[in-house]
Amino acid sequence: MTASGYDAHLVQLNVATLRFPLDDPRMAPFVEMLDTVNAAADDAPGFVWRLVEEGADDATALRPAGEDVIVNLSVWETQEALWGFTYRSEHLDVMRRRREWFERHIEAHLVLWWVPAGHLPTTGEALERLADLRAHGPSARAFTFASFYSADEASADGAALGAHPVGRHGS
Amino acid sequence: MNDIDAIAALQDPVRRRLYEYVAAQGREVGRNEAAEATGVARTLAAHHLDRLAEAGLLDAGSRRLTGRSGPGAGRPAKVYTRSRDERSVSLPARDYRTAAELLAEVAEQAGLDAGLCAAARRRGEALRGSAAPCGGLGEAMEMLAARGYEPHLEAAEAAEAAEAAEGATGAAAPVVRMRNCPFHAVAERFPPLVCGMNLALLEGLLGTGGPVRARMDARPGECCVVLESSKNNED
Repeated sequence: MTASGYDAHLVQLNVATLRFPLDDPRMAPFVEMLDTVNAAADDAPGFVWRLVEEGADDATALRPAGEDVIVNLSVWETQEALWGFTYRSEHLDVMRRRREWFERHIEAHLVLWWVPAGHLPTTGEALERLADLRAHGPSARAFTFASFYSADEASADGAALGAHPVGRHGS
Repeated sequence: MNDIDAIAALQDPVRRRLYEYVAAQGREVGRNEAAEATGVARTLAAHHLDRLAEAGLLDAGSRRLTGRSGPGAGRPAKVYTRSRDERSVSLPARDYRTAAELLAEVAEQAGLDAGLCAAARRRGEALRGSAAPCGGLGEAMEMLAARGYEPHLEAAEAAEAAEAAEGATGAAAPVVRMRNCPFHAVAERFPPLVCGMNLALLEGLLGTGGPVRARMDARPGECCVVLESSKNNED
């Protein structure tokens, strides 16, 4: 089994610590942008899936990483698709103003990894990848845009398969 | 081919006109079109376009301009676009790019976005000097062109135009988009930080309270900012 082309999908998890509660007026500009940006993601080329709370439009009320930490978990066909949405769509303006709304993270706040196409990650699985990145640095199991691993590299490493991080084997 | 040889290929005035024409279109350009636009014979244009491609300044490809294929569709035409590779020559050697990347990396880690944007806005204001805020989109385009942004006018997208035209004439309000990001290499590595800096710099250059305003509207392959008339689109 190979993890290349359309056989593998790229997952991203982002955690962001809120500076103020979401209903605080200082967060209003962020909250107002949510629907537009989420719609842009849903329509973006290469978009596969994003985490949404049951009965809601987004995942901002799910707090699996802490009471004041919102998570953003999504699946994309390629690195280019994810990069294009993150930095070349309405989403960039949210990123530009991130310091107004979110605490600066000392540790990694973004993690990427490959999964077999069709697999939808759970938040538990996602937080494990983030913990892996924080503990061991970038690897084929858990990486960032700046330290990117291809689907083939992840496949060779066995890192794209299954929910649990797998160590490097042999050489 | 190294950067000095590539840039030297532009010394020929015909070649330079062809390069500038192709670069300004922001799309594939055929030989006939380039020849007509620059007022030279097709064979001469073809020769120089190929020299520019050899020098790495243009990318050459082929395309059936009719959109047909198979027998009877004719030979594919050769088309050219400006290469995305950067060329620079500095004598004596200087390396501001490494300095910029290192400074941006540290600013990103330290979360210095607000301070960087404030400095960029001040720099924009200083570059504008005592001049009044930019008086219109035409003036803004001249200013952007002088700074290497390669601006072009674009009719507003339908939805935005409908919003903007509320109670007005109903004509689509044009926006100025920019084909070139002067900070491309660092903007690709640290997009929110550097694109935010770029927006603040442009806001400073335009001045506040004038008829033109800048906002972020990122798109693939272009500068992340658009300029628009501030009267048409009040928040």
